[in-house]
Amino acid sequence: MARVTFDEDRCKGCELCVSVCPKHVVHMTKDRINKKGYHPATVDEMDKCIGCAFCAMMCPDVVIEVEK
Amino acid sequence: MKKVFQKPQSLTDKPMHYCPGCTHGIVHRLVAEVMDELDIREDTIGIAPVGCAVFAYDYFNCDMQEAAHGRAPAVATGVKRVHPDKVVFTYQGDGDLTSIGAAEIVHAANRGEKITTIFINNAIYGMTGGQMAPTSLLGQVTTTSPYGRKAETEGYPIRMSEMLAALEGAAYIERVSVHDIKHIRQAKKAVKKAFECQITGKGFAMIEVLSTCPTNWGMSPKESLEWVAANMIPYYPLGVKKEVE
Repeated sequence: MARVTFDEDRCKGCELCVSVCPKHVVHMTKDRINKKGYHPATVDEMDKCIGCAFCAMMCPDVVIEVEK
Repeated sequence: MKKVFQKPQSLTDKPMHYCPGCTHGIVHRLVAEVMDELDIREDTIGIAPVGCAVFAYDYFNCDMQEAAHGRAPAVATGVKRVHPDKVVFTYQGDGDLTSIGAAEIVHAANRGEKITTIFINNAIYGMTGGQMAPTSLLGQVTTTSPYGRKAETEGYPIRMSEMLAALEGAAYIERVSVHDIKHIRQAKKAVKKAFECQITGKGFAMIEVLSTCPTNWGMSPKESLEWVAANMIPYYPLGVKKEVE
């Protein structure tokens, strides 16, 4: 069981987290934008997350926190 | 559940101004994580450069000083000599370190100043709008080399790590990259070693980080990382260039 949380208003929508997720569960939201005007990254299928923290390690803006 | 990854204490809460996908943010975080792990945040003085990372003083949660363009190693020399018990690092880009500050870094390294330099090499001038840097690759198109960099007129890209490794005063020089998870982990180890090198009093340490500039390269962040692996690493080989035991 793992959980990732996104500080969405810090996200700049660069999609690097999406590119490194081994389970392909990180994706960009399509239905909302954040304060900066980007579609922030998010995870819907949290049960598939393995808590590897690759997304957090790749994120240039320290958006992501990982719990395991 | 316990937290396995969170923002290091050595970074402030201020959102960084870097463009989306810029690897400056990753390197900032690695330096901050190392400061946390070595428990040196209260004893660290950072020197910010001129360039994209000019606002680094807002992001690192330690004492910071801004230096004139390229002069960070000179300022760091002064700070370290007045406060030999403090940990002093400079954070510089390729315009700052290899261009206008080329003399300062060479002499700081040659004097064996006990400072740590984090050198971001993204082969272009970011802040000023994508002009050619001394580190731009041959054939690379920038706003001041619109037909690609040519050796006959612009010379060759400078391999700064190899150059400084030839100096007696340098104690630890390594080139790393942050284009994937494996290399980010290696980069962090190198940064940690560079700080330890200073703490144990061995001498000058520099970590060159191959970095990206999606905005001025005209690529997506992901394509930029692939460009680093495909084009920069072959010219700028990774690894330890000098290590004094």
